[in-house]
Amino acid sequence: MKREILARILLLALCLVVVLIPLALRDRSLTLRARMPEDDGWSPQVIQAAAGQPLRLRLTSEDVTHGFAVGQMEMASVDVLPGVVSEVTLLFDEPGIYTFFCTRWCGLNHWRMRGTIEVSGGDAPALADAPLYVALGLDIDAPHPVPGVPSQIPSAARGGQLAEIVSLAEFSTPEYYRAHSPYQVYQDLVSTNLNAAERWDVVSYLWRSQTTAEGLAEGARLYAQNCAACHGETGGGDGVFADQLAASGQSSSQTMHGSMSARTPADFTDAQNMLGASPALLQGKLMRGGMGTGMPMWGVIFTEEQSWNIIAFLYSFQFQYQGVTR
Amino acid sequence: MTRHELTRFPLIKALLKNRWPQLAVYAALLAGFIFAIFAGFVGSPVGNHNFSIVFVWIAWWAMLILAAVPFFGRGWCAVCPIPLPGEWLQRGAILELAPTGKGVSLGRRWPNPLRNIWMQNISFTLVALFSSVILTMPLITAVVLSAMFFLAIGSSMVFERRAFCRYLCPVGGFIGLYSQIAPLELRVKTTRACASCKEKPCYHGSEAGYGCPWQVFPGGLQKNSYCGLCMECLRTCPVDNIAVNLRPFSSDLATPTKRLDEAFKAFIMVGAALIYAGVLLGPWGALKDAAYRIGSGVWFAYVGVFLSVLFVLMPSLYALAVKAGMLLAKTSSAVRPAFAAMSAALVPLGLMFWVAFSLGFVFTNATYILAALSDPLGWGWNLFGTANIPWQPLFTGLLAPLQTLVLIAGMLWSAGTAQKIASAAGVRPLPVIIYCLLATLVMLGLLL
Repeated sequence: MKREILARILLLALCLVVVLIPLALRDRSLTLRARMPEDDGWSPQVIQAAAGQPLRLRLTSEDVTHGFAVGQMEMASVDVLPGVVSEVTLLFDEPGIYTFFCTRWCGLNHWRMRGTIEVSGGDAPALADAPLYVALGLDIDAPHPVPGVPSQIPSAARGGQLAEIVSLAEFSTPEYYRAHSPYQVYQDLVSTNLNAAERWDVVSYLWRSQTTAEGLAEGARLYAQNCAACHGETGGGDGVFADQLAASGQSSSQTMHGSMSARTPADFTDAQNMLGASPALLQGKLMRGGMGTGMPMWGVIFTEEQSWNIIAFLYSFQFQYQGVTR
Repeated sequence: MTRHELTRFPLIKALLKNRWPQLAVYAALLAGFIFAIFAGFVGSPVGNHNFSIVFVWIAWWAMLILAAVPFFGRGWCAVCPIPLPGEWLQRGAILELAPTGKGVSLGRRWPNPLRNIWMQNISFTLVALFSSVILTMPLITAVVLSAMFFLAIGSSMVFERRAFCRYLCPVGGFIGLYSQIAPLELRVKTTRACASCKEKPCYHGSEAGYGCPWQVFPGGLQKNSYCGLCMECLRTCPVDNIAVNLRPFSSDLATPTKRLDEAFKAFIMVGAALIYAGVLLGPWGALKDAAYRIGSGVWFAYVGVFLSVLFVLMPSLYALAVKAGMLLAKTSSAVRPAFAAMSAALVPLGLMFWVAFSLGFVFTNATYILAALSDPLGWGWNLFGTANIPWQPLFTGLLAPLQTLVLIAGMLWSAGTAQKIASAAGVRPLPVIIYCLLATLVMLGLLL
């Protein structure tokens, strides 16, 4: 009987050990689980943190490869791989609500895969300025077509040569650039006695001179990472998800908590629309989002500087920037 | 045929008779089984990073098909943890012999109409139909393993002996079928000793051990199909008449079955291997999609095709082949007995189909085993430093030649078996051999 009791005890102990030891060793730190947005996206979707104190997160995906980054924060995106636990430690200097988001094209609704980190404590940050489009009173949902488009692609290099013979001082400030559409500047250049093609070349030069090679490269990188899936690598509104958006109609724009009407992604190669849009207007669309269309709100993700770099890059679908190196 | 009695060696015999070594293996596997269920419920839902998927459907399956079944027959059943808690409750003891009546079981006899393997054919088919999710989703695997666990306990509580293993287990059915091939058997040394034994303790039990849990009288054993190699009869035989022998491969196929339930098991296994090869390893996305979208219209279409192939198409064509063989042999007796007997030719073919299929996905997925060893729950552990080993298919250059060799060997083995049993079944073997050849060509096409 003693042998039987010993056998029972050993068996029971072994069966308990294989369950209890893993539970005891389990890392209790916060684990952020990623699933495709259709399956609830991030879990949890709201994380609490304190300003000035490190926030250690364990990241894992339960389906496909995702990426993790916090909007408006200097950090490299962290890959979130299926079944693999990655760790990241974040430090927030100021209280506020920060948005974390997926950086990998994980699916049709990838853009809606976001969550927030509510950071408390510390000094309250200064209130942000109103976006430029609000200050300018722009209706960013109103159509903005132009009556005529250039007969050839405007060249910044040719415009640069013309800039040496005409005075462009009043058109060259960042404030002027951001508040005016290319077509408005083209109209304002009537007084220069340049012909139509030359004026478009000058506009191209002015737009190029408001950014740098680094800024354009940054814009191109952000565009490729965040915009090209819908708007297309060449800006034609024909990204890999565009067909699915069009094909699936209403269901294509299902959000995690409801639905919104679908619309074909904007075509940045369409001169009639793009040349009628000022940088401030494009920034408004970018930062606020589509308000009922499929366009996500990027204001919580991109910094002000990043948004201007993306917008500068968007105009490269209209203007020829080759030959300008600065 | 030459046989070598392994139990002649005192050490082997002592190891097999003593309950402690068996209990040690039982304990380790039961703990592993419980951990697999635990991992399925609480571990990562990503299958290739969860012990329940990696160790059950890759490591265990590889061990079962590539080693245990071909070489040890029901060797796995001898150590399988699933029926143990039920059996211990039934007996009222884990290690020692409990006085009669101490166990917790109604001890009912299994119903006569179900004393066959049709239930096992159905349970295997059900698992196969849902395999797309069972094999990939840890939670579903945990549910299935738990269901088997509690079904085994429940059946032990109601019925006598190992009713679950003998009549319900989806795995036990095909292990029994292919155990006929194994070069290992448990048999009596002489049937005369059994005939003169009045108490039959090997079946009814004695102070030395329990009666056969598999409801088999060892004195009547002619094939491996229903002997679970539990070694109780080795312990209880009062005249030391039980032997564990090494023997030539596929010895049992010389005495083919007369039962349709066993014959259909052969078709189910060959058909399932063909469909699995197409669905799981083939390049057809639509087919894979149909198998995965359980409950959808395309899945029901897939189910229709699956069942038709297994239960109608393959047996019908085989019956035609057998009938053709009978015509060639100018035999006018009923087709059914010949059909059942000739199904033995599909046993080596089916096993080799499964070996070839399993080589494909085991070589492809084996690196997951090392990763899951270090991080069995997908919780970010790295116990043995292997958690971050990247996925990499192994022996890619070797796989196709090996699969081809295995399939050709299976084909030749089946042809040889068909030839051996044909005359007793009253048929000419050629049409059956052609059937096996065509099936092999289809499998080759699917795998390569």
